[in-house]
Amino acid sequence: MQMTYLQALGRAIGEALDENPRVVVMGSRFGGHFAAQEDEAFGPALAKHAARVYMSVPIAEFGLAGAAVGVALAGGRPLLSFNIASFMLHGLPPIVNEAPNVRYTTGGRVNAPLTCYALGGIRGGGSSQHSHRLQSMLGNIPGLQILTPATAGDAYGLMKWCLLESQDPTVFLAHSELLLSSEDVDLSAAPLPVGVARICRPGRDVSIIAHSVTVPRSIKAAEVLQRDHGISAEVIDLRTLAPFDRGTLLASVRKTGYAVIADECHKSFGVNAEVAAVIAEEAFAALKAPVRRVATADVPIPYDKGLEREISVTAEKIVEGVLATLGRPVGAGA
Amino acid sequence: MTEVTSACGYLRQMWLIRVFEEHVARLSKAGEVPGFVHLCSGQEAVAVGTCAALEDGDYLFSSHRGHGHFLARGSDPYGVLTEILGRQDGLCGGYGGSMHLVDAQRGALGATGVVGGNIPLCAGAAWAAAEAGRGRVAVVFFGDGAGGSGVFHETLNLAALWRLPMLFVCENNGYAEFTSREEHSVVKHLSEFCAPYGIANTVVDGNDVLAVQSAAAPMVAAARGGSGPQFLECLTYRLSGHYEGDSMSYRDKAEMAAWVARDPILRLHRQLTELGVEDAALARIEADVRDELDQVLARAVAAVPPAADRVLEGVLGDLPGRESGA
Repeated sequence: MQMTYLQALGRAIGEALDENPRVVVMGSRFGGHFAAQEDEAFGPALAKHAARVYMSVPIAEFGLAGAAVGVALAGGRPLLSFNIASFMLHGLPPIVNEAPNVRYTTGGRVNAPLTCYALGGIRGGGSSQHSHRLQSMLGNIPGLQILTPATAGDAYGLMKWCLLESQDPTVFLAHSELLLSSEDVDLSAAPLPVGVARICRPGRDVSIIAHSVTVPRSIKAAEVLQRDHGISAEVIDLRTLAPFDRGTLLASVRKTGYAVIADECHKSFGVNAEVAAVIAEEAFAALKAPVRRVATADVPIPYDKGLEREISVTAEKIVEGVLATLGRPVGAGA
Repeated sequence: MTEVTSACGYLRQMWLIRVFEEHVARLSKAGEVPGFVHLCSGQEAVAVGTCAALEDGDYLFSSHRGHGHFLARGSDPYGVLTEILGRQDGLCGGYGGSMHLVDAQRGALGATGVVGGNIPLCAGAAWAAAEAGRGRVAVVFFGDGAGGSGVFHETLNLAALWRLPMLFVCENNGYAEFTSREEHSVVKHLSEFCAPYGIANTVVDGNDVLAVQSAAAPMVAAARGGSGPQFLECLTYRLSGHYEGDSMSYRDKAEMAAWVARDPILRLHRQLTELGVEDAALARIEADVRDELDQVLARAVAAVPPAADRVLEGVLGDLPGRESGA
């Protein structure tokens, strides 16, 4: 069934509300500035379960996040939407300093299966305060699961997994630029297990490691590399960052000998740095060239579109990164 | 007679907390406690009076100064003490410690090491309780220092907005860590913040357990009956420092002496004497508690620490399809 990422999310949430009476939905919008599309995708499901849907809430991220943790501790399965991920910064204490600890610090006696949803990423004009990618900082919190689906199918499967199966706190990071992307979603197919990466485009010459919005950009880059340079690039979508699938990543790098990481996080201390470190620790001997990171420059996100593009991870920059890594002249055809 | 029986029970619980904290203080001074401890000596009446108004199944959220809340709620003193000592038999297996006590069987879903951090969690539990229609109430204990945090105010709004079955219990001991109330706020009582939200509130003498219980019981009943959140402010004083080892240079000796004279245990002792209970009977309550806790102490210090080879386990629940340790 052809559906957008946003429609897939709405469908997953509706089905989860249908299936489990402990699922509750609270918070702000899911679709950012795509309000009309969100209303179409979410409206019927949320209206059907109005008693378990609290979408008219005060702007009180800390209070709401704490309440969501409390609901989870008391046996509920809350989904809390922060809308823009930057707003989640105001609600971090319960998400960082309460929920991820409880299972471990109680010796497994208590757990907090809540899902925090947010739209992360550089979104076009979001400037410094609406463009955060939180996965790097949250990746440093043991006990927190971080999902960054890049496709409608994964958004559907992973959201259902969060709401119906996960036993621990989860941050589900969507991306504004992905919300209207669509694909044919097989609703009856068993979703990939959480913590398993996907090889979205097999290749033999270089591994491009991506997640979230850099997945479609890396696929585009791989097509250009094939067409213009005769380079066969393998594109890996990490899908989930915690848990993190080292096996798929390392097998690919051992096969190709070259690794280019495409990551919308800032370069310093980003997800890209962790991926590079894992490759260096585990697959150093297989590398034929140093690992390369194509990541967002270490500056607050500027407002102007031209400036934003200048510091962003684009398909063109991924192509250039691959060419430089393979020792090919950058900018020239095959 | 039942009144006297109940009051003797409160006296026993207050002695249990007081003597328990004496043991913790000694253990801390001897270097036997791995982390910080924040004692509630002097504040026993708040925990005991409030918990007396609760029923099985009600939720409780505690603070960094929480030993008394757990003991008053009926947690096993051995489980609490071994947790504080970081032992395998602790309420949390030695992984949480003094500030992270949890006793889910008694509805005590969390204590927090961050001032104010427990307040919104309690609102969530109250929300879940209301949604499930189980007639449960959720109570949260916090100090007056929490009034300085934004989330305290956020949660007042949420609780009022959603008419949650929640009891806020402010243990106003006059100090936010090392800073007196006058120095960190122009608002004398935290319950004053209830007015704009229409939250029912009362200020009581927090060193009078009978007064606390008398105030808490109708508030718990009101919350349980659907009247929305309630706010009980108990004026009290901690007889120890903010943490064990605190020099307390910020406190006036005369002020300390005045509060020592208002000790909640002495107060109840006096009240019971006035009701005709003999001194010997009251002394026996204390002696019995001391005997009981001597035995708990002996067992606790001999308890084994958690197994080090399991330190990497249990961060996340088991999931199908996940590599072990991934």
